[in-house]
Amino acid sequence: MSRTESAPGNGPVADARGLVKQFGERRVLDGLDLTVRRGEFVALLGRSGSGKSTLLRVLSGVDTEIGGEVTLAGRVSMAFQQPRLLPWRRVWRTISLGLRTDRPREVAVRALDEVQLADRADVWPRTLSGGEAQRVSLARALVREPDLLLLDEPFGSLDALTRRSMHRLVGELWRRHRPGVLLVTHDVDEALALADRVLVLADGRIAAEHRVPGPGSDDRPRGSADLTALRARVLTDLGVDDHEAA
Amino acid sequence: MRPGLAAGRWASPVVLLLVWQLGSSTGLVPPRKLPAPTVVWQAAVGVALNGQLGAGLAVSLRRMLIGFVVGALIGATLGVLTGLLRWADASLDPIMQMVRNVPLFGLIPLLILWFGIGELPKLVLIALAAGLPIYLNVHAGIRDADPLLVEASAVLGYSRWQRVRHVVLPGAASHTLVGVRLGVASAWLALVVAETIATDSGIGYMINNARDFLRTDVVIVGLLVYALVGLVIDTVVRLVQAWVLRWRAS
Repeated sequence: MSRTESAPGNGPVADARGLVKQFGERRVLDGLDLTVRRGEFVALLGRSGSGKSTLLRVLSGVDTEIGGEVTLAGRVSMAFQQPRLLPWRRVWRTISLGLRTDRPREVAVRALDEVQLADRADVWPRTLSGGEAQRVSLARALVREPDLLLLDEPFGSLDALTRRSMHRLVGELWRRHRPGVLLVTHDVDEALALADRVLVLADGRIAAEHRVPGPGSDDRPRGSADLTALRARVLTDLGVDDHEAA
Repeated sequence: MRPGLAAGRWASPVVLLLVWQLGSSTGLVPPRKLPAPTVVWQAAVGVALNGQLGAGLAVSLRRMLIGFVVGALIGATLGVLTGLLRWADASLDPIMQMVRNVPLFGLIPLLILWFGIGELPKLVLIALAAGLPIYLNVHAGIRDADPLLVEASAVLGYSRWQRVRHVVLPGAASHTLVGVRLGVASAWLALVVAETIATDSGIGYMINNARDFLRTDVVIVGLLVYALVGLVIDTVVRLVQAWVLRWRAS
């Protein structure tokens, strides 16, 4: 794996070539190629066990025992499926830890303000609701000003209403900060609502790729004819027929 | 617990005390075996006024404090080392496991041979009693660190020191405090045992001395003081525990 300081313009922030990851006999990633550019919102779909989380562990730098080439430009940051906040640190501390700044509190409160939680800076994470904790986790990822933001099913455990407002929030934050985003999800509608590009991971590589028409955020009108057709195609790629999924 | 029941918990000790007093007043309980509560109370006032109690308590508490602090520091340091560093674990933990399996009070003859009958063997015994449970629990607490949080700290760019300071050690706090409570109880017990063997000061000395003069009342006063101080120390540790783990309360 190699890291460069920063990518110019809208160059790639993550570039993987021929990525191989093996657990015993099983090749979870098998010659995977993937590029995420700055400012681009990419959704990665796949059935469970398809290697989505493994890929994120590689891109986040946690797993370095891999075959192939990975080039990351600039900073990488991540929001996890479980928020993984430090239960024993106040919310603002949990956000600012690991940052190099003279005014950690100020920076943290500003980041919390972006997710409408500035008033919760001094509470213990345990007192937050699931949606709030996930917003804090998002603020913690964004405060690092990442060039590449990895989102590992961060909305999976939220109720439907909270999930919708999180989608809008992520869209807003993405437009404001313009990192390259790789969102891992198993929710096709979520992928189509948020991403410019949808990838389907199967058999350890990118099996299909679709451009999503429209402005690229949650304010895209749902249920347009284009999207309905695309949704059906993505579901077919995933090996699910529409009735089964609905 | 309902408030009525909580108040009811005081009833049985009070009844016991009354029965004891009644038994003594009617002559059913021989005063040589068990003096009346009023007599014990007078003895308590007596040793408090003549300075015996204060002096003894000061010596005992000092022993406890020094022995406990030294033992706790060594135990916690070793626990952190073996918890964090593989080579420390491989080299030190087997020794600690061996020491742990030696019955503590079985060491007393050896400690006397090594350190004589002065203060040192008593302090060593108390330090061992405090240090072992603290070592074991700190070690287990660090080993138990949440791998998800550790992984997150790597992705979010914490330094190694920040990871230890803000993720691993706070994660071990709950285990550690269990170790401290066990250590305190065990050290207090070690103090009582150490003070019954060759001693010329402390609450244990007061008790032994009273036995020689057949002052059962003073012996009972000494035991009550041991119990009371043990209770106070445990309460203090519980308060510390509640404060350290305050993030858990909702």
